[in-house]
Amino acid sequence: MSRYDLIVAGAGIVGASCANEASIAGLRVAIVEPGPVGGGATACSMGHLVAMDDDPAELALARYSLRRWEAFAHLAEAEFSRCGTLWVARNDGEVAGIAARVARLNAAGGEAHAVDARTLYELEPALAAGLAGGMLVPAEAVVYPPRVAQHLVRCAQQRGARLHAGRSVRRLGRASVTLDDGSLLTGPVLLATGCALPRLLPQLPLRPRKGHLLITERYPGLLRHQVLELGYADSAHGDAASSVAFNVQPRPTGQLLVGSSREFDVEDPAVSPAMLQRMLRHAFRFMPALRQLQGLRAWTGLRPATPDGRPYLGAVPGHPDLWVAAGHEGLGVTTALGSARLLIDLLLGHAPAIDPAPYSPARVLA
Amino acid sequence: MTEHYDVLVVGAGPAGLAAAQAAASHGARVGLVDAQARQGGQVWRHDAVHGTPRAASRAINASVGTRVPVTWLARHQVIAAQSQRLCAETPLGAVELSFGRLVIATGARELLLPFPGWTLPGVTGAGGLQALAKQGWPVRGKRVVVAGSGPLLWAAAASLRRHGARVLGIHEQASAAAMRAFALQLWRWPGRVAQALQLRAALHDVAHHCGSFVRRADGDAAVTSVQVTSGGTSMRVDCDLLAVGHGLVPNVALAGMLGCAMDRDGAHPVVQVDELLRTSVANIHAAGESCGIAGLSAARIEGRIAGHMAAGATAAATSLLRQRRHARRFGELLERHFALDPRLYALAEHDTIICRCEDVTLGALDGYTDARTARLATRCGMGACQGRVCGTALAQMGRFPRSDCRLPIFPARLATLADRASPPLPSRDSGDNHP
Repeated sequence: MSRYDLIVAGAGIVGASCANEASIAGLRVAIVEPGPVGGGATACSMGHLVAMDDDPAELALARYSLRRWEAFAHLAEAEFSRCGTLWVARNDGEVAGIAARVARLNAAGGEAHAVDARTLYELEPALAAGLAGGMLVPAEAVVYPPRVAQHLVRCAQQRGARLHAGRSVRRLGRASVTLDDGSLLTGPVLLATGCALPRLLPQLPLRPRKGHLLITERYPGLLRHQVLELGYADSAHGDAASSVAFNVQPRPTGQLLVGSSREFDVEDPAVSPAMLQRMLRHAFRFMPALRQLQGLRAWTGLRPATPDGRPYLGAVPGHPDLWVAAGHEGLGVTTALGSARLLIDLLLGHAPAIDPAPYSPARVLA
Repeated sequence: MTEHYDVLVVGAGPAGLAAAQAAASHGARVGLVDAQARQGGQVWRHDAVHGTPRAASRAINASVGTRVPVTWLARHQVIAAQSQRLCAETPLGAVELSFGRLVIATGARELLLPFPGWTLPGVTGAGGLQALAKQGWPVRGKRVVVAGSGPLLWAAAASLRRHGARVLGIHEQASAAAMRAFALQLWRWPGRVAQALQLRAALHDVAHHCGSFVRRADGDAAVTSVQVTSGGTSMRVDCDLLAVGHGLVPNVALAGMLGCAMDRDGAHPVVQVDELLRTSVANIHAAGESCGIAGLSAARIEGRIAGHMAAGATAAATSLLRQRRHARRFGELLERHFALDPRLYALAEHDTIICRCEDVTLGALDGYTDARTARLATRCGMGACQGRVCGTALAQMGRFPRSDCRLPIFPARLATLADRASPPLPSRDSGDNHP
């Protein structure tokens, strides 16, 4: 039997961040991860550090987290690239909504500003003709999430954390877990298992939301900003069974990462040719030059989605010494560092920097 | 646009040509697909100067000649497969092909093991340089070292000489004893003997070294010399080009995407087939090198068997089984006598690039025991070749098996991926396949 101050189940970007924060706080940490570190949704993600403004609680968590990401701007493993985010408006209706979004982001410290159509094409000449304008958030960036997760786990290990690699949690006990090899670890438990949460804690509703991505050959200079349609939130936060949105990212290598799609209730991880087709056709409307690029590889991932789109961060009511940090859906990379700090503050009884109530698991158990 | 064929054959090398001919002989509507503009595959590649080999011309005319009802689908690169349909990229855009039966004859590719300097300009695959020369790439007057393993080295050297290259020597890593033992067995395959004698005559004044391999290539902008180890001694050979190939590896990506079971006993997966070349998936057959490296004769006879089977002519296929067994034994002979010297796996150094798409060195891969973890951490295999070169080499070197192929099988224009007709999923009938 091994005793810890915190047992973190799951070493995706969220679990790795939590383990790192806990080790900084001086806790004796165990990390349990059945697959490669950062090998789940973290590995499938775009790695876009972005603030969405349509939910104040989500915006607060994102902004809090984005400030913490600045500490990684010069870390080689992060492959941090400050490409900025350019949101594009298809029509005057979307342009009309920009002022309010700029105001919300700036109120949260986001440094966004509107751009007219002429500026939009100066910034990104490859965009389709006829777009109405956009919104630029220059300081936002992209990272390479799996290597960040590996780095964070290594940092935690250097402070004494113990990684149980290739092991999974078979059973939750009272302030303990039994691993699949039968070994027992005791101490407070934090579930950061993403889509695997319902297996251990079915009372917290969470559904996988499948996404597709595709990466191209290298085309340096073709695109400079991560470019999304302003209607992206309708796809991200709508509850349609399936939806697609224009979201393209220039990797530091010159490759383009093309997204995005969302599908509920699809467990099959295979690339769906039909969904890929729908996603690409939608992207071509915004950037026709994509048609001629060579695609190297397409893949899918499952986002852990909660009913209200906010993650579960905090103690699980009715389960002493059981904590959760899961359900970040498509913003796990952006909000991982803030989520981790918030969670560890709660665990240690410190006052968190932002209001934790909107993320409390209690909200769905009432 | 969807085109339907009773029998679709992927790959127009010796196996695919034979399969198309055999299937068409029973009246089936046959489509023959290949990424290249001409038939022949790698081994029978058309030569821009010297034309097509006679045996190849005969096979091509028999398969897609004017009197044969085979539809030749040139420049169709198959990039995706789902159930009874394939998606191909063509110069005119995406084409969807549906089939009643499929014959996979996707052949093999060269194995390239890394060594210091292997990424220098002027260092190519042995078969790769042969193909370039046949397409008109100038080798006249160039001093070429040919190295690696297997009969392909002789064929490559002979082609290079025909195009005016100065072949300085052939360095076969197999020992002289192994080569003698191989030669002593060869009489069982008279066709191979004739070919060997022909090559020997063509290369009579080229030094052939056994138990010899290139341990490094040197040069600044391009290769200017290689270090060759032979027996216990090492020597420098000045050259303009190094053509090096360590044997062949089956191309199984299409079969894998269709769900066909693989034999994974060796370093590289091989499509699992029964004696009548049925894969584990109903209505899908495989023939030739994709079922294990055994050379031209096996490919031709297996193509015929698979073609007959795909057309439902089991009796015609069964009559060829004895010939197939004999031809397959040649593959066993190759495997036994050209087994790679483990010293070849230790040539790459800490700073030798393994993944040339993403510039990943061997040292960066230390400590990783599976391809996916290594890829996530180092990007090894994430580039344009998707691990076809580096993943294959690492598997051969005993590091870890290559990851299975993901969509698209080969890089494809996004327009192709977007324009392909969205296939409904037809219910898969059980067919008459084995359980």
